[in-house]
Amino acid sequence: MDPKTYKFDTISLHGGYMPSKNAGSRQVPIYQTTSYLFDDVDHAAALFNLEQGGHIYSRISNPTVQVLEERVAALEGGTAALATASGMSAIFLAIMTLCNTGDHVVVSSQLYGGTVNLFRLTLPKFGIKATFVKPRDTEGFKKAIQENTKCIFGELVGNPGNELMNMPEIVKIAHNAGIPVIIDSTYQTPYLFKPLEHGADIVVHSLTKWMAGHGSSMAGILVEGGKFDWLKTDKFPTMTEPYEGYHGLSFAEEFGPVAFTMKARAEGMRDMGPCLSPQNAWNVLQGIETLSVRMEKHCSNALKMVEYLSNHESVAWVSHASLKDNPDYELAKTLLPKGTGSMIAFGIEGGKEAGAAFIDNVKLASHLANVGDTRTLVIHPASATHSQMDEATLKLANMSHDMIRLSVGIEDIDDIINDFEDGFRAAKKPRLIANK
Amino acid sequence: MKFKVNSKEVFASTGGRPFDKKKPLIIFIHGSGLSHITWVLQTRYFAFHGYSVLAIDLPGHGYSEGPALESIEEQGNWISDVIDSVGMQEASLVGHSQGCLVVIECASQFPDKIKSIGLMGGAGAIPMNPELLDLAEKGDPKAVDLMMDWAHGPSGHFGGHPVPGLHHMNLGGSIVVNGSVKNALGVDFRACDNYKNGFEAAKKIKCPTLNILGDRDRMCPVKEGKKLADNIEGSQVEIIENCGHMILLEEAGKSLEILKKFIRKNHPTE
Repeated sequence: MDPKTYKFDTISLHGGYMPSKNAGSRQVPIYQTTSYLFDDVDHAAALFNLEQGGHIYSRISNPTVQVLEERVAALEGGTAALATASGMSAIFLAIMTLCNTGDHVVVSSQLYGGTVNLFRLTLPKFGIKATFVKPRDTEGFKKAIQENTKCIFGELVGNPGNELMNMPEIVKIAHNAGIPVIIDSTYQTPYLFKPLEHGADIVVHSLTKWMAGHGSSMAGILVEGGKFDWLKTDKFPTMTEPYEGYHGLSFAEEFGPVAFTMKARAEGMRDMGPCLSPQNAWNVLQGIETLSVRMEKHCSNALKMVEYLSNHESVAWVSHASLKDNPDYELAKTLLPKGTGSMIAFGIEGGKEAGAAFIDNVKLASHLANVGDTRTLVIHPASATHSQMDEATLKLANMSHDMIRLSVGIEDIDDIINDFEDGFRAAKKPRLIANK
Repeated sequence: MKFKVNSKEVFASTGGRPFDKKKPLIIFIHGSGLSHITWVLQTRYFAFHGYSVLAIDLPGHGYSEGPALESIEEQGNWISDVIDSVGMQEASLVGHSQGCLVVIECASQFPDKIKSIGLMGGAGAIPMNPELLDLAEKGDPKAVDLMMDWAHGPSGHFGGHPVPGLHHMNLGGSIVVNGSVKNALGVDFRACDNYKNGFEAAKKIKCPTLNILGDRDRMCPVKEGKKLADNIEGSQVEIIENCGHMILLEEAGKSLEILKKFIRKNHPTE
């Protein structure tokens, strides 16, 4: 006897949506509206007071966006989700929902550059400080926790160096300290890894990347695991104490396993408003429909690229957890059995100059500040995505000037390799001239 | 709020308003393995419209001290003790699933205390599937997955929660898992399976009674709900279309509308 609940591929297509409640429309309708009619004054009051569910204003919620939220919650195994305008706004919203002025967070040092700057420069302006810990330094996460620490934040596979954090062990450390773990799972998508199944409490995504795949739309999301007991300690007054903004509501008492999402929506979307447009929600839904088939191809192409790069004379080093000599190989085999993802970091012989020549001479691979597109993407992080980081922060993130970040697409692998050959040939030229 | 019943700590949500003895009391009683959280889309309305609300965590559930009570009869008595403990003379009771058995047991034993009763997804008997019962008593989380599968109708399986962003089955499942599969769900399922007094209890009920049933309910099908209603004098039956067993969440709006009219009529505020 087994439950007959829908499985991953089916949820990717159908999750969160019932045509019978939408005029029989097989495709999810785009509710391009700002606001929603109230039945009467009592109905309006009940919605504003969270006495009943429903839509008020599209900054807070929208029926098209709701489909996306339920679909991603279902794919991640979460109790609830809240979509946002971008992955960065999802992270900001998560931290602002948990923290007050004077609070502290422990953060992996290998993160997307924008996230590093959020923790390093922007959040301190709100009185929220961060301690950065190298992703492989599991004990370092424990040592960095302070009395006022409110969470541990990280990416399972760090951007751009591809170093893994031992998430299950770090979850134990966090929970022993009575704090939740927030994982940015953009690189993995729930197809490769479900952080909530490994004990994380909140997942964030930039849906702009592999989840959508098409590179056409910005979107982010928070997903709640529903198992963290906010009431167990007095560490989280923002979740447990009466909230003046809703007539003394205690989110944890009233909403239990969805308290975080309810607070993030009721307070965060109301006051900060980083809402996702229904059109972009719909665009992302189109991508999610094919998530499994795309991720399979991304991963198989990535393995072929790892092999190609590892044997190339112009490549100094390759970082991808599928490599047997990678320090994260065993951990990746355990946590990522379906594949270690399509992000590869490699160093080019000749350093920064060669890297620039390589990037300027590939034609199929696109040079841009995005990852997770169906198309192959390359960038030189030290001069682009992570350029606003100082030398010390770059060093903490284990980033070198010869590093090229590659997001492997789903084109024919032979075409990607041929394109890279052109890039490597061009990268050699300045050195040859210099040697003369 | 927290208070003591028979020297043990009990937690109840008051729907976001302070408990007030001057207001009529409604007690909400959750289903097997669940907690007060399931009632959030009913309790806040009543709490903000003139009622005192207690969405209780049964002993051994949610934030109430254990152990879980092993029989429906004990749970029915315990509800009467709750009314006494908060210093009230009477209350309306609203139950879901197993909570309906508790409600009819309490209402039959303490008719002077019960003003009206609302039953969501109720039946006169809830015999358990032996395999499901066995899994729950062993603490196997598969019991929760099976329960969530059977308890939800189409909207639970596909989506469309009344509160944007919430996921029906994962939310329901987490409430059970956050408690104890073995010591709460397992004990509850056994209590339901053992309870044979439902129809006799129903015949003794004299207060106004409302039965809200889901036409896609696989745990307490409509015919079983109607059979219970037939044994309660003057019982009102309302059937919600395309709705499974988790009526209070799957069709929170419709069920609240029906419940509002019923409670306002039969247990009005001053």
